[in-house]
Order: sequence, then C-alpha cells, then structure tokens
Amino acid sequence: MKVRFSIVQRRRWFFLLSGLITVAGFIVFLLSGFNLGTDFRSGSRVQMQLNQPVDVGRVEQMLRAGGFSVPQGAITAAGTRGDAVVIRFPTVLSQAQQDTLQRLEKQYFPRSQGADVRTVDPIVAKILSRKAVWAVALASLFIVVYIAIRFEYRFAVAAIVALLHDAFIVMSFFALFRLEVDTLFVTAVLTIVGYSVNDTIVIFDRIRENLKAEKPKTFEELEALVDRSLWQTMSRSINTVLTVLIAAVMLFLFGGASIHTFTLALIIGLVSGAYSSIFIASPLWVVWRGRALPRAATAAKTP
Amino acid sequence: MRWGRFGAFLAIAVAIVGLTAGTALPLWKSIRLGLDLQGGFDLLYQIEPTKGHPLTPSGIQAALQAVEMRVNRIGTGSPVIELENGNQIRVELAGVFNHDEAKKIIGETAELEIYGKATQRKDGSWQPDPKTLLMTGDDLKSDAHWSTDPNTGENGVTVNFKDPQKWENITKAYLGKPIYIFLNGQLLNDPVVRDIMVNGSSFISGGDLTTPQACIELADALNAGALPYPLRLVSQTDVGPSLGAASLRATMWAGLAAVCLIFLFMFAVYRLAGLIADLALVAYAYLVLATFAAAQVVLTLPGLAALILGMGMAVDANIITYERMKEEMRNGKSLQSSVVAANRHALRTILDSNTTTFLAAAVMYWVGQGDIRGFAVALMFSILISLLTAVLLSRAMLLLLVRSGAVRRPWWLGGPKGAVSR
Repeated sequence: MKVRFSIVQRRRWFFLLSGLITVAGFIVFLLSGFNLGTDFRSGSRVQMQLNQPVDVGRVEQMLRAGGFSVPQGAITAAGTRGDAVVIRFPTVLSQAQQDTLQRLEKQYFPRSQGADVRTVDPIVAKILSRKAVWAVALASLFIVVYIAIRFEYRFAVAAIVALLHDAFIVMSFFALFRLEVDTLFVTAVLTIVGYSVNDTIVIFDRIRENLKAEKPKTFEELEALVDRSLWQTMSRSINTVLTVLIAAVMLFLFGGASIHTFTLALIIGLVSGAYSSIFIASPLWVVWRGRALPRAATAAKTP
Repeated sequence: MRWGRFGAFLAIAVAIVGLTAGTALPLWKSIRLGLDLQGGFDLLYQIEPTKGHPLTPSGIQAALQAVEMRVNRIGTGSPVIELENGNQIRVELAGVFNHDEAKKIIGETAELEIYGKATQRKDGSWQPDPKTLLMTGDDLKSDAHWSTDPNTGENGVTVNFKDPQKWENITKAYLGKPIYIFLNGQLLNDPVVRDIMVNGSSFISGGDLTTPQACIELADALNAGALPYPLRLVSQTDVGPSLGAASLRATMWAGLAAVCLIFLFMFAVYRLAGLIADLALVAYAYLVLATFAAAQVVLTLPGLAALILGMGMAVDANIITYERMKEEMRNGKSLQSSVVAANRHALRTILDSNTTTFLAAAVMYWVGQGDIRGFAVALMFSILISLLTAVLLSRAMLLLLVRSGAVRRPWWLGGPKGAVSR
C-alpha cells in the first residue's frame, strides 16, 4: 500500500463516528427494540415459497378465506426476488389450521413450493434467548482470556471493544430496519464476533512483532509504529474482507430465502469488523498503552 | 529448472483435481442432509412430570427409549432423537411421510386398562372403578398382533400376558361376569368372561377396532409400551420437501458463484500463488465433504453457510502468507527465502486468529442448540481442515514450485514486476 496517512492521529474522528452510530443505535433500541421472530416469541411462522412476486392483498384474501386473522404488518415479503412470503400468527396454529392453510396456498398460488411452518412455545423461546445471550457473553470471555494469555490484557480489551462495537452495529441495523431476529441472527452475530477478533488479531500480531524490533520512547513513536503496522497489513485486511464478502454477497443474492437475513447480518458485520479492527481497536490500544509515555512535544522543547 | 520438484508440484495439483472430479459426486450423495435441505419434520417435546411421579434420570431414559421405538415404527430414514436441556426430546424426521400420523404415533399413549367394575355416566360414557383395576398395558408381552375371531370373523387384537397365572386367576374370579377394557380412558369393550384362560392369551375387540388397520395400529402402540411421562409438544418445524430442495439448490448455486469469483480474484491478485490457493481451496472443499460423510455429520442450511464462509477464512490464511511474502520480496530477499520467511511469520498469526474463531465456535456448540449447533460444528470442522489445506498443503506446493526454479520473476507470485531476484 503506497497511500499513507496517519490513521492513529485521526483517531478522534473515527471514535466520534463510531460513537455517534452507537448512540443512534442505542436510541433506536430504546424506542422500538427488536422485531423478534417466532424463535423468540410464541406463535406460528409460516413461510411460503410462492415463486411469484408477493401480492400482499392476495395473501390477505387467502387468509380471510381460511378464516384466519392476523395483525397489521404480519405479512411480509422475503427472499431476494421477493417471491416468498412470511406470515406471522400470534397464536399457535393447530394441525387442522395448517392443513387448511396449505390447501389454500395451492389454490391461490399454484406455483408455490409448499410452506415451512414453525411453531414455538414461549418457554422454549425463553430458553433459546437466554442461551443466545450466554453464548455471546461466554464467547467474549474466552476470547479475552485467550488474547490476554497470548498477547496482553490491553490488546484483549481493545479487541473486545471492537467486537462489541461490531455486534452492536449489526443489532442496531436490524432494530432500525425492523428486520426479523431469529436464531440464525444469533449465529450471525456470533460469527461476526469470531471474524472481528480474527481480523483484529492479525493487526495486533504485527504490532507485537514490530514492538520486538524497537521500543518506542515517546507517544509519537508509538503512534508511528502502530501506523506502520496498520499499513503493512492493509492489503491483507482489504483482500481478506473482499474474499469473505464475495462469499457472503453471493449467499445473500442467490442463497435460499431462509438464510437471507442471516447473510445480510454477516455482510454488515464483516464490513464493520474490517473497519473496527483498523480504525477503532488499534488507535484505542495506542491511547491506553501510550498513557505512560512522554509526549514528543515536551521532549523536543528541552533538548 | 529442477524437473523432479516441478513434477512433484504438478502431481499434487493433478491429484487434487482428479480426486475431486472423480469422487466428489458420490461423496456428496452419501452426506446426510438436514431436514431444512431435504424437507421434513422437527418436533420438540417437553417431558412433563406428573403428580407423585417426578422426573428421574432413569425415567427420562425410559421416555427417550419409548419415543425411539415409536419413531422407528414410522419407518422414515435415519431419524434424529436427542435429549435436550435435560427434559426435552427433539425428534427430527427427514423425508416424505404423513406428518399428522407421525405426530400421533409419537405423542400418543396407548394406555390399556382392564377393570372389574365400571359404571355408566349420565352422558353415556363409562367410568371405571379405580379400585378394581385388574391389568394394565404393563402386564402385556410385546407381541400383540391383529387377528380375527374364528367364530364371528370380527377384527381384534390378540394380546399375551406376562403372567399367565395372574390372568387365569382373574378369569376364574370373573367367570360369567363382565370385565371392562379401557383404552386411553375410553371403554373399548366389556366382554363377559366365558372360559378360564390358562395360556395367558386374550382377544380384544370392539370400539374403533373394526378395520385391520386400526387393529395393527393398536397392536403396535401396545408393543411400543406406555410412555412413562406425558409428552407435551412445545415446538415444531415443518419443511416441505420441495422447499428444502429449493433451498439446497439456491445455496449450492450461491456457493459455486462465490467459489468462481474467489478463484478469479485470487488468480488476478496473486497469479500462480493464487492458483495454488485455489487448488488448496478445492482440496478444502473435498476434505470437508469427506469429513462430513465419514463423521455422519448432518449438513443443514446454516452449516452449509458456515462452510462457504469457512472458505473465506481458508483463503485468508493464504492471503496473510502471500502478503508477507510480497513484503519480504520488497525488502530485497530472494524468492525462495521470501517464501520460507513468509511461511514462518504467517503461521503464528494464522494460528492465533483461527484459535479465537474456533473458541467462539466451540462456545456456540456448547451453549447453543439446533441451528446454532449445526453452524458451530461446520465452522469448527472447516477451521481445522482449512489449517491443513491452506497452511500445510499450499505451503508445500508453493515451496516445491519455487524450489523447482520454474518461477523466477516475483511477478508470477503476485510480487512487483521489476524486482530482481534469484
């Protein structure tokens, strides 16, 4: 990479940007919360692969014909081509109701491929959401311990701040755009957590290596060292996120409707992960690690 | 140019491509697909303790066994029956079959009770006198079968009692009197005992047992034994078979498109070295298939997504190495020593970054369930296999290629055009 500017010196801008996004996300959370899928709420979720553009009016007509009543906004289009429909029933559908629905589906949408029906009891949903929170918390804990052993605790904390930042950005995005949150979303957040750390560690590893060759005596020297490390690993950071993004975008565009929101979460998380490793984690570490070092300005005035 | 080394390099490349092209398809066919990919039925039952009958580990095991026997009666291929959270049973049935029937068979108990006395309620139904309970389904041998009454031709079920003596005593005591046979609390029949039965065998008929089909179902249910606890269906997922196939096809196409683009990208950026990374990627995909087939891991949609994303991580290991190699070249090292140095430096980075992701996956497997577990297993496998292919295999191939002397200009390995090196 030839273009070089000091990333670490511009850290205030990056901190400000991420801070603003985080605060905005937090406000959205407080105002509206998540659009929880049936995995986390009791009721039935029916997904039909219609293989034709979803006409909400016709779906409503079908439901009325079967004597079903669903609240406003319970019918949504899914899939890249908008050819699948997701209907959310606040109550658990009985087997007879499911049969009626499938019969009507064939009648109203002859090209459909059949329905995917999910029913969850509130108790199961509660266990599931508790497990999701535990998984994120425990994964973070294990990662902190591992990095603290292999590197040092300041790296560990900076990496965790970056990964929480990524997880939070994805969650805010989903809250803001009212995208459905299901168990696969939890999987996506956990993957993002893994990738974010993976990405950060490659950079930290280079900083660690450069630190072995020279010991910075002033804050500015430390800044310069970290900047050099960032630019040395820049091609790798960009190329890697590009290849993983290729996979994620292809899955998003052509993969099945059931992993649609999953891959969307991944794409956002991957971009955020690449950004935070470079612009948040490393500058954060410099600020913390550099507190003990004298500033070059004072050192330069007293030669 | 050392032809021996170059030959070895070519041999590995040909072996990878040949092996994959030759055996990938049968291997793919032998992989067990999750029900989200081939259609099926996922049921989660809560084992409910009853009054005076709290959950015990042995009781839960018995419930699990009873469910297994019931599921086997449905006769679908390779069902998955697992105990979850200590008090839930998950049943996964893939393939095409009657879902209603399956649910009925798994969840319903065939509770047979024979009473000596019963009274008719006002609404016409019968109420057994609990004090006169003579026999239950537990007293039966598990060889109940459908038969017809030789005299009347009536359909029914022949049952055999474990203790013929006990049955003989009952028939002695009730000779000439009626006994009341209840199935699931409903009066099935109230035959009058006409003979003393000495062989411990009896014929049950009446109620709904009019067709051979109904008799066979009851016989099967009696043979499967009573569930030690009632089961409550708490969650069910029902995927139509054609929908599953559509998801599989869509995800496979997406994977293929991703592979092609990654191949092109790597070749464009790292040229011959990129080609080695692509070959390693083919080997990765092949080994993943082989591992899934051998370990009998069920491949689900999230699992497939994890594998395709794992590919990205496998490529990352190569990118880290190649970027390092380019740096070493820029610092003026020869081609060969650049490769050696890059491999040495990159290994620690790759190990550290993969370990952390592996840890996250392991935690997911440990804490999660269902979809989360399927994803975690696939991620862990893909990390381990990518370490083999992207580190060991591609490193060996790169070294062979460079040491053979076939490549002299760093440009061929993604390095700068003008740099001179030996």
